[in-house]
Amino acid sequence: MKFLVCISVVPDTTTKISFVDGDTKFNTDKVQWILNPYDEWYALVRAIELKEANGGSVTVINVGGADNEQVIRKALAIGADDAIRVDAEPGDPFYVASQIANAAKSGSYDVVMFGKETISYNGSNVGGMTAELLGLPFVSYASKLEMAASTATIEREIEGGKEIVEVNTPFVCSAAKGMAEARIPNMMGIMNAKKKPLNVVAPVSVSNHTTIVKYELPPAKSACKMINPDNMDELVQLLHNEAKVI
Amino acid sequence: MINRYAQSYRGFDYVLLDELLTDEQKAVRDSVRAWVNKSVIPIIEDAAENCAFPEHLVKELGEIGAFGPQIPQEYGGLGVDYNTYGIIMQELERADSGLRSTASVQGSLVMFPIWKYGSEEQKMKYLPALAKGEYLGCFGLTEPNHGSNPQGMETTLKYKDGKYYLNGAKMWITNSPKAGIAVVWAKNDQGEIVGCVVERGMKGFSTPEIHGKWSLRASITGELIFDDVEIPEENILPKAKGLKAPLSCLSSARFGIGWGSLGAAMDCLHVAVEYSKERIQFGKPIGQFQLTQKKLAEMITEVTKGQLLAWRVGCLAAEGKASPAMISMVKRNNVETALTIARDSRQILGGMGITGEFPMMRHMMNLESVITYEGTHDIHLLITGMDLTGLNAFG
Repeated sequence: MKFLVCISVVPDTTTKISFVDGDTKFNTDKVQWILNPYDEWYALVRAIELKEANGGSVTVINVGGADNEQVIRKALAIGADDAIRVDAEPGDPFYVASQIANAAKSGSYDVVMFGKETISYNGSNVGGMTAELLGLPFVSYASKLEMAASTATIEREIEGGKEIVEVNTPFVCSAAKGMAEARIPNMMGIMNAKKKPLNVVAPVSVSNHTTIVKYELPPAKSACKMINPDNMDELVQLLHNEAKVI
Repeated sequence: MINRYAQSYRGFDYVLLDELLTDEQKAVRDSVRAWVNKSVIPIIEDAAENCAFPEHLVKELGEIGAFGPQIPQEYGGLGVDYNTYGIIMQELERADSGLRSTASVQGSLVMFPIWKYGSEEQKMKYLPALAKGEYLGCFGLTEPNHGSNPQGMETTLKYKDGKYYLNGAKMWITNSPKAGIAVVWAKNDQGEIVGCVVERGMKGFSTPEIHGKWSLRASITGELIFDDVEIPEENILPKAKGLKAPLSCLSSARFGIGWGSLGAAMDCLHVAVEYSKERIQFGKPIGQFQLTQKKLAEMITEVTKGQLLAWRVGCLAAEGKASPAMISMVKRNNVETALTIARDSRQILGGMGITGEFPMMRHMMNLESVITYEGTHDIHLLITGMDLTGLNAFG
């Protein structure tokens, strides 16, 4: 079974978000970059678990510059066998999906996996677009993935319950919480990651379909207002007139 | 109790020291930090308060590779360089000096002498199991009457009727009550210091625990008592002769402490910075007051100086150019730095600083041991003094 796990490099969760160039660009100054948790904790670890159980290989792919290689090596340290870096600045979802689809075509992968979203843009777009470009089925928000020969049984969290889906390989799937337990790479894994292949490939020529015009921060949280429990009228009045929720 | 700032800890890197580290060193740091956040931070305050050694972490320390990482891979280590070893100690000590002590002893004081002075059979017998954390080891040099002056040791390994017998006692031994083996230093018939491996279960060997510590409470400390313990010849370290052998182990451990103590310092600093931004007095955050800023500014400055010193000596060690006196300076300076930062950061937190909700008091109490063991602060001053003047102030 050949797995391709698509990994994004995103700002650390404690990053103080700000923008530059008239709020048109994310300020990357002093940002620490990490592997997107949904890609790492769920998609990558589950692919490695299935490889360990049934044999096969796990390849990770990232679209980004050479600076991303340190983060890609972490995926190798966790247990991926090899890596592909498409040497391009990741553009919009269509651009990234096109790069991944192009690289995936020549690899004859059985399962292409994503995290359900990145924690930076939370778009959840690239998985579905990649599936479409490859002409493969796409199962999103999977919280459980079991493989029996070439058939996968996938649990999806849906409103008010679960949905169980069966799909034959090859397919594309995006992973949500519950699919696996995060793995911390041990030092032997880190040492071995150095020796694993990280292939840098040139991007295909594709145009972005969307452009970010402007970023805006959400309004700052206002202070907590304490209301005397005997004064329900004031609470109702505030909820009605100020918070406008009733 | 869990320090509420623990998960946002990212260390401090004021002069972009990260640019001097290899990708591998940074990856190792991130990994150990992630493990510490997951497995140690949630339990460490209670372990220290209850004086309960978290024994279940021994296996995990082995799994992540924290035991003897500088030992070659063929013996179960990782063959990493000195600074990588130091960075691992830094991340462990950010959680607790006791945890770091457990790892320091296992790697530098047990595995290191077996690797450096042991026979091939001894290396194969002990090192892989120690690296995996299958059992703990301990190191017996200090005695009740001989701390700073190990040359005066009274423990003997004497030859009688074709056999070797170990007699004497060792004190302040980290890990001893739980250790499967002890690397013990004793004087032979010629009065030379030699080393041997004593195994739990040998007749006449006992390891009573030392109780009532107000420091390193999450680590276990004891004595080693040898009452005519028969030592098989194959347990004697063949290449260790003289005080230089145990002192070389101490150099390795001291280097790790030099990095490690900065972990405790940065943990305190992180909490102090975050708290000072949140705590309001006189209508503004206390971080806006000049005396608070003075403390914080001095702390980050001292941490930064300590980092550069440790990193540089680590580079020299990799080239075989680090002298014991240089390592002594790293240990002395950085531990004193950490202790001062623990005290100053505690002041910033006011009364909250004395509770187990925050780590300062625990670090501070731990560091009182760290500034005493592996060569006291004063002895390290004399090492530097002797190095400068050529005059020995010990005698």
